[in-house]
Formats: sequence, structure tokens, C-alpha cells
Amino acid sequence: MATTTTTVPGASPAAGSRSFLSKLRDGDEIARVITLLFAASVVLITLMLVLQLWHGSALARHKFGFNFFRTSVWDPVNDEYGALPFIYGTVVTAIVGLALAVPLGIGAAIFLAELAPQKVSDMLEFFIDLLAAVPSVIYGLLGVFIVIPLMRNYVQPGLKAAFGFLPLFQGPAFGVGFLTAGVVLAIMVIPYIISVSREVLLSVPRDQREAALALGSTRWESTWKVVVPFARTGIMGSIFLALARALGETMAVTMVIGNTPTISASLFSPGYSIAAVIANEFSEATGDLYVQSLIELGLVLFLLTFILNGLARLLIVVTAQRGSGMGHV
Amino acid sequence: MNARLRWRKFVSGFMLTMTGVCTAVSVAVLFFILGYLVYHGGASINWNFFTKLPAPVGETGGGMANAIVGSAKLLLLASLFGVPIGFLGGIYLAEFSGSSVGFVVRYAADLLNGVPSIVIGIFAYALMVLPFKHYSTFAGAFALGLMMIPITLRSTEEFLHSVPRALREGSMALGASKWRTIASVVVPAAYRGIITAILLALARVAGETAPLLFTALSNRYWSSGWNQPTASLPVMIFTYAIAPYDDWHRQAWAAGLVLLGLILVVNILARAILARGSAVPRS
Repeated sequence: MATTTTTVPGASPAAGSRSFLSKLRDGDEIARVITLLFAASVVLITLMLVLQLWHGSALARHKFGFNFFRTSVWDPVNDEYGALPFIYGTVVTAIVGLALAVPLGIGAAIFLAELAPQKVSDMLEFFIDLLAAVPSVIYGLLGVFIVIPLMRNYVQPGLKAAFGFLPLFQGPAFGVGFLTAGVVLAIMVIPYIISVSREVLLSVPRDQREAALALGSTRWESTWKVVVPFARTGIMGSIFLALARALGETMAVTMVIGNTPTISASLFSPGYSIAAVIANEFSEATGDLYVQSLIELGLVLFLLTFILNGLARLLIVVTAQRGSGMGHV
Repeated sequence: MNARLRWRKFVSGFMLTMTGVCTAVSVAVLFFILGYLVYHGGASINWNFFTKLPAPVGETGGGMANAIVGSAKLLLLASLFGVPIGFLGGIYLAEFSGSSVGFVVRYAADLLNGVPSIVIGIFAYALMVLPFKHYSTFAGAFALGLMMIPITLRSTEEFLHSVPRALREGSMALGASKWRTIASVVVPAAYRGIITAILLALARVAGETAPLLFTALSNRYWSSGWNQPTASLPVMIFTYAIAPYDDWHRQAWAAGLVLLGLILVVNILARAILARGSAVPRS
């Protein structure tokens, strides 16, 4: 699924030899035009989406300009909108999520690609794929009833006792907040990191491993010092992919972040994220400026994920080609 | 030297074990989620859940019949909208397109695929809710259908590409026109793969909540028409989970179990279809 390999579709060998009229009679031209219309509608829809986000936020963009990203007052009553707390919340939760998910995900990918026998690896990959299919609202449900109490009663007091001198782990343990949202995000993005990194690691040529082993390195040294660096760019790609998912994630974050626009050094503090504020306030927003400010947040989110996804694809393609010359991702 | 070798071997063994632990933890999450949902949801699932409307606020009991039907309606409409565009667009990409048009379409599809679902919701709201001034099943289905397009499109293209050239040439040599070759030889040869892709796309959007929040909204009663707001399982899970009533929490677990069960079954089914014989006959 969703691979980036594309061979140029073979233009029909017979196409050149027949006249336009005979192709029309055969229905070839009609079929081509009809399918072209459907393909073009995909482009049209995407363009409309971008234009809609751009025009839909025009009022807010003109009124606030760059201050939209610098101020932190979000006050629908006085029609003043500053997005800083939401941007902060989105970035912090994504960082926490990745900090937890990256080591775990890459570790698991190494196991699946380097150690596990083919059959075991494929079976585990099947489970990982299923995990990726779990909808975010289910993660939110588990977040509300399991992760939040766990954080409030055990993890946050524990962190406070051990690392309380750091500003990161101070303040009352509410359960909801940046840290909890980060943990839930980590669980959600791990499958993406594992799947893509595993593919990339598998595409590293065998002789790289054999050469390292022949030089007397241990199994781990050949993996960590030869195979992983070889696949480095692709693994970075998987991380960007996960980051894009984490930034855009809505439901699970909305349910556990606390929905309070605050900027605080403490990870225990409740916060808010871009996607969460859109989800909570969009359907109740009254007044053009309010709606347009929310759409501008959507535009920010769109641009962020657009850039990250593009980068990720590029990196993954580059590694895959360098590895096997087959682009097997 | 010997001590150093022992140390290196120890590091190797330790780190490799740790990678195994990472895998175990990641996979355990799946079984933990499943186990917890079955444990909590299984206890609260009953016949009423499937047949009754939600009880008035404050009363216990009731079910989510309207949400189950609502989800089915949304998915039906979404596939009617998303699958033809994805499928026929995919045929164009695989069979007709030159490289430049193909590049633009693929690029657009990949872009659409990466758009966060909440942003899809904003788009569907602007296009399908604002002009008509009310929330509707159509708007929700439009949002979900949009998300199905890129998955169906790229997979259709890919599976059509994997049909051996010899099959096309054989058909053409018998005098069939190109579209006839596509319709009666190429697509049938790749149908397993395409059906798998459509099922996976359905499973993916079945759990989407964010794009429905301000398109299909929700409804505590039967939706009175396609043009009216409708309840859906994912939105019900969301509203019930963050509500302060114990009985609602109980039902949120039940709904979560039903939703996840459906999604996992469809996923496994889709993969089974693909695995039962390869997508296309090997030449």
C-alpha cells in the first residue's frame, strides 16, 4: 500500500498506429476522458482545500498578521485571538511523544528487521499494522480512563519525587496535561515508526552486514554502526512522518490535554493544542473573526504537516533507492 | 583484550535483548487495548445497546442504535463518493496518464492523504455546511469520502501496475480495444488487491471522529433524513467518554468495543483476501 514506486505506465504499444477516429469508435478516447475527469477531480479538490483555507482565514491574517503567532490572548468576547498557547501545546506534546516513541520504535524496528526470523517478523508486523488501524478516539477513551488516573496517581508523583528539581516536573499532578497527551501520542505514532523503519532497514544490502561481521564486529556493532547509519535518512523520514501525525492528531489529544490555553514550563500543566481548539470551538464559533482565526489555525496545521510529509517522503525514497535500487518502501 | 571482547559481547547481547523488549512492549499495547476493551466493553454490551435510542440525560440504560445506523449511512455515502473517484482516477494513472499529468495527480493525492483529519473537517464544513446552513449526513460523508480517495487511488494504481504486461498484450492481440482490455482483463486480474484497498480505506475512515464533529454533528434521536445531522459511533464515544455520567462511560466502552471489533475484523478480512492467492496471477 501507499508505496512511492511508480513505473511509467507503458503507453499502449498499439496507440500510435491507430487514428484518433478509430480510437474514438473503440471507446478508448471516451474511457480516457472519463477517467481523466475523475483523476483531475482529485487535483481540483486538493486545490480547493488549499484555497479554502487561504481565503477562509483572510480576515484573521490581515487583522493580526504575524502577531497571531506571538500573542497568547484567546478572547472570543473581545474578538482578540493569539495562537501562541496552542502552538506551544502542539509542539510540546509532539516533542514529548516523539522522545518516547523514537527509541522504542527504532528498537523494535531493529529487532524485526535484524533479529527476528522472517515468519515471526511478518507476524509481529501484522500486529503492528493492526495497532496502526486503531482509531484515535479509542486511544482517547483509554487515555481518559487509564492513562490519566495512572499519571495522576503514580507517574507524576514519582517523577516529582525523583526529578522535582527540574522545572519540567513541578506543579500539581492533575493527570491531564502536556505529559499525558505526549504519552498517548507516543503510543499512537509508534506503529508508523516501526513499519517504515523496518522497511528501510530491510532494504539495507546484505553485504554491508556481512562485511561488518567479517571484520570482527559483534552482531550489535554491525547493526548499530553499519546498518543503522546506512538507513539513517530513511529512519529520519519515518520520524518526520510520525511527527506530522502527532501534530495533526486531534481526538486523543483533545481528550487528555486538559483544554486550557496555558504556556508553562511544567509538563504536568494542562494545555491546549491547535487541533484540539479547532475541534472544541469550531462548531460553536460565532463571528467572522472567530471562525477565521480557527481556520487560520487549520492553515498552520496544514502547512506544518505538508512540509513534514514532503520531507519524510523524500528521505524515505532516497534511502530506499540507495539501499536496494528498488525503492521498496 | 579478552575482557574487552567479553564486554563487547555483553553489550551486543544486552542491546539486542533491549530491542526485543521494545518489540514486546509495542505489540503488548495492542493486546492491552483489546483486552481492556473486551473486559470493560464486554460487560456493558447488551441487546439494548444495538436496538435502543440513547436514554434521556440522567436516566440509565438505552443504546446506540441510531449511532450504528448513522455510521453505516455515513460509510455508505462516503464510499459512493470516494471509491469511484479513487478507482477511476487510479485507472487513469495506471493506464492512460503521461508522466506530467500523472505526477500532478499523484502529488495532489499524497498531499490530500497527509492533511490532518480536523482540517478535512473545516473544508467539508465550508463546502457542505455553510452553503446549506445546517449540519447533515451528506457533509459528514463528504469529509469521510475525501479521506478515502487518496488510499483507493494510489492502491488501485499500484495493483493495476502489477498486472503482467503479457495479459494486456494477449487481449490486445485478440483485437480488443484498450478500454475493453482494461475492463475485462486488467481490472479483473487485480480485483483482489483493489477490494483489499477499498476495505482498508473504509476501515480507516470508520473510526474518524474529528471530521464529523462539525459536519455530521451528532443526534440523540433517529436522523430524520440524509439532509439532517446524524449520530455516529466515533462521535458518540467521544461525547460519552468526556461526559460526567458513569452510565455513559459504560456505554462508551461498549461502543469502543463494537467499533474496534468491526475495524479489526475488516482489516484482517482485507488482508486475508489479499493473501488468498496473490493479487494477480504470476506470469
